[in-house]
Amino acid sequence: MRSMEGSQAADKVDLPSLDRSYHDPRGVLSTLLSVVTGAATVVACIPLFSVLIMLFWRGSARLSWQLFVELPPTAFEEGGGFGNAIVGTLVMVGIAALISVPFGILAAVFLAEFGPDSKLAAGARFCAKTLTGLPSILAGVFAYAAVVLATGTYSAPAGGVALALLMVPTVLLTAEEAMKMVPTRMKEGAVGMGCTRSQVIWKVVLPTALPGILTGVMLAVARASGETAPLLFTALFSNYWLIQDGHLGLMEPTASLAVLIYNFSGMPFENQIEMAWAAALVLVLLVLVINIIGQLLSRQRV
Amino acid sequence: MALPATEREAAFGSVREMATGASISTPPSSLDIFADRVFRGLTLIFAGLTIVLVLYIVLEIGGKAAPAMQKYGLGFITSTTWDVNKARFGVLPEIWGTLYSSVLALVLGGFFGISIAIFLTQDFLPPKLEVIFKNIVELLAAIPSVVYGLWGIFVLIPTIRPVADWVHQHFGWIPFFSTSLSGPGMLPAALVLTIMVLPTISAISRDALSAVPPRLKEAAFGMGATRWEAILRVILPTASTGIFGALMLGFGRALGETMALAMLVGNSNQLSISLFSPANTLAALLALNFPEADKRQEQVLMYAAVLLLAITLLVNFCGTAVLRRATVRLSGEGK
Amino acid sequence: MKVGPVRCLWLLLILCGLLSTSLGWAGESVRLKGSGASFPFPLYGLWFKESGKVNRNVIIAYQATGSGAGIKDFVNKTVDFAASDAAMTDEEMAAVEGGVQLLPMTAGSIVLAYNLPDGPKELKLSREAYTKIFLGQVTKWNDPVIAQANPDAKMPETGITVVRRADSSGTTFVFTQHLGAISEAWKNGPGTGTTVNWPSSDKFIASPKNDGVAATIKQTPGAIGYIEYGFAELGKLPMALVENKAGKFVKPSLESGQAALAGVDLPPDLRAWVPDPSGEEAYPIVTYTWMVFHKKYDDPKKAETIRNVVKYALTDGQRVSGKMGYIPLPDKVVQVVSRALDNIQ
Repeated sequence: MRSMEGSQAADKVDLPSLDRSYHDPRGVLSTLLSVVTGAATVVACIPLFSVLIMLFWRGSARLSWQLFVELPPTAFEEGGGFGNAIVGTLVMVGIAALISVPFGILAAVFLAEFGPDSKLAAGARFCAKTLTGLPSILAGVFAYAAVVLATGTYSAPAGGVALALLMVPTVLLTAEEAMKMVPTRMKEGAVGMGCTRSQVIWKVVLPTALPGILTGVMLAVARASGETAPLLFTALFSNYWLIQDGHLGLMEPTASLAVLIYNFSGMPFENQIEMAWAAALVLVLLVLVINIIGQLLSRQRV
Repeated sequence: MALPATEREAAFGSVREMATGASISTPPSSLDIFADRVFRGLTLIFAGLTIVLVLYIVLEIGGKAAPAMQKYGLGFITSTTWDVNKARFGVLPEIWGTLYSSVLALVLGGFFGISIAIFLTQDFLPPKLEVIFKNIVELLAAIPSVVYGLWGIFVLIPTIRPVADWVHQHFGWIPFFSTSLSGPGMLPAALVLTIMVLPTISAISRDALSAVPPRLKEAAFGMGATRWEAILRVILPTASTGIFGALMLGFGRALGETMALAMLVGNSNQLSISLFSPANTLAALLALNFPEADKRQEQVLMYAAVLLLAITLLVNFCGTAVLRRATVRLSGEGK
Repeated sequence: MKVGPVRCLWLLLILCGLLSTSLGWAGESVRLKGSGASFPFPLYGLWFKESGKVNRNVIIAYQATGSGAGIKDFVNKTVDFAASDAAMTDEEMAAVEGGVQLLPMTAGSIVLAYNLPDGPKELKLSREAYTKIFLGQVTKWNDPVIAQANPDAKMPETGITVVRRADSSGTTFVFTQHLGAISEAWKNGPGTGTTVNWPSSDKFIASPKNDGVAATIKQTPGAIGYIEYGFAELGKLPMALVENKAGKFVKPSLESGQAALAGVDLPPDLRAWVPDPSGEEAYPIVTYTWMVFHKKYDDPKKAETIRNVVKYALTDGQRVSGKMGYIPLPDKVVQVVSRALDNIQ
């Protein structure tokens, strides 16, 4: 009896229903949007996978141990490899990261923590955003004037500087966003325990924002590894190893995967064209490995 | 299990220490304060260096461009001829091409990028799949532009040519489809550009969406919102600054993209709204002409570079203003 | 979050590198750097590697950045030698202190490659036809001007898509120079240059570098464009038979290229152009390509290495060049160049 009264009473009250009925327009809209998003993701993935598949299909045919230990072949030479280009890319991207990551993160710390509303911060933020649109060739031209002409030679550090110019805006802006998303409560808690602002940043903000910062760094590294135009003006190319005859040629033209691909894909020889594809594949896998290492390292921190 | 008294005291002692935070919650020592000052100074220096760097670049490029700017003035921006022999230069087609292709890439890349980001963060997929997808999408950022150019030539253009021809035949009266696709052109360039900025927009949007506190989402569900109402009305607005940042970075990348566009845009001084017509962009113009440029041409190309920087500046300006207006509105509503 | 282990490794590597560069200079090896034209890039790469096998301690790095960039580097002294399809102008030569020695190292011909699946196997293009095509005045393959020279073939009605170079290049320079020599309309119109003002039409598309143009031609039915002989040959693109000054339709080949070069005498500074060769069997569009050296090098070892490498290039090197699609230098040219080699000290 009472239960019947109870349910009658319940009918009179307007409780929101937890059932998703397909007559309910809001429910239909939600399902529709899910379908649209799913479809958009699938559609977007088609060209993405097409590029990757083409890369794998054409590149894996030439994958072999040789590629990592031999030097680039000339026309009509069979075989050969691009070990020196792999080393060159790693070194130059390494130099670029060494310059741009501390630069970007420190500047981002200022923008997010120490002076978010100051004129300096607004100016720096604006400048960083402008730098995002810097064409890769201008980075190369600038590094040519600043480093190559100053040192009188094409070199790996010049290439590193050019790449760093391209990496800084991504690292800086992503790091700033990541740091802004750290909940204020965590920072206040640390201050309450007697930390100076710097300690708050080192112990709380940076570790928490690390995944976001890492995304930015990885995106920047990925882009820098694949850039050709800046390296053409700063590091040129070389068909020899970085360490040749016991001499480390850091201030000499240096090989890189991107320039190798650019050179070889433009030659009418089958061997070279196949190697260009293999090099592109190796480049992508290299970045994947760096990506995974970065994610593993950041997970250990937490 | 009774511990010996001394050990018990020791155990409790350390707990007490932790509870009162005796070792951590002391006021900062003078070394700490010194380190703090140094660190603050360091960050200030680097923030300042950012501005110095950009100014240096602008000065360097502007300096080289100055003679050309004096000689050609504003006519450079409005003229459409590029004749080296007769020394008549104009980059209006390139400015148009840059803006057109980048806006297309932004719209398409933004839509697809944010969709992917939402798909990957709002529990549509099991977590393991999410991680795999995330890595694949970020991997695409590593593919060299040259490879995208080659893919465009060998896969994309042959695929869209029949579609483009059909559209041109049946809908040629619409200005967007008024010419036929001979091969490289605005559409292939814009499509490849979209794919290139997709990883950037998607990855950063994904971070922005993941950073939204779960409580907000739960609160929305608790109020009876459907999944999409929660996403559109609560999560996206909260993550909007991050997503906007992603879009700005993507747009910047699109404006400056050089190699892939050089191979796919057709490099023709055509000023046309047709998606199928060949076009040209400032970055591609620079990249293709700079290596062989003599002194005089170099100055003109630097002038074009200054224009490109100016466009980036202008776009950022507008973007920041739009964002400021949007956040004021949002926080205003909240209050 | 301090510097992680991976970063430490890089730091260490960089420091070691910097340390060792400051400690030791190159051992016994001689290092030469060069940059410039992309046309002879594959050939030079082969030459340098081969000569490296003979002279053990020689390391030569050459990168194709474009003739203009190579000359710039040479003048700025960031490279030891340069390569250029367009030799050097007088003012460029004057800008180099110590004097410049230009040496023609090889030659090549520029062909008109086309993509016409329903067209004739051996397309003949008269002077009028190809000039008008590139001026944008002839826009369909079945135009009477083209059909005139191909009476036995049925020309399809497809529209002509002209593929040109997007980047500044020596190839464009040579091709437009030739067009300017045979056509007043071209001379007064687009003219000669590494970039010219091509006719404004949406049927004119451009692609970067030889391989870009070759790929675009291959992918676009009805296309025609100008590329280096080697690219058309190795990419198996059909090449048009072009009408030369004597009125004959000549197929691009080693022999027709050599016939074109044979009629030209090199002036003392070794800069010679052949915009319109007169031989019967001559292929009309050919060019030399030069290497640019200083007359005086600070390091006599460098000069000696250069002389050895050039000697190799002029003898054994010429044998390989034909296989790769370049035109080997005529014997008398080889002699003149060998003599000029003594100027490099």
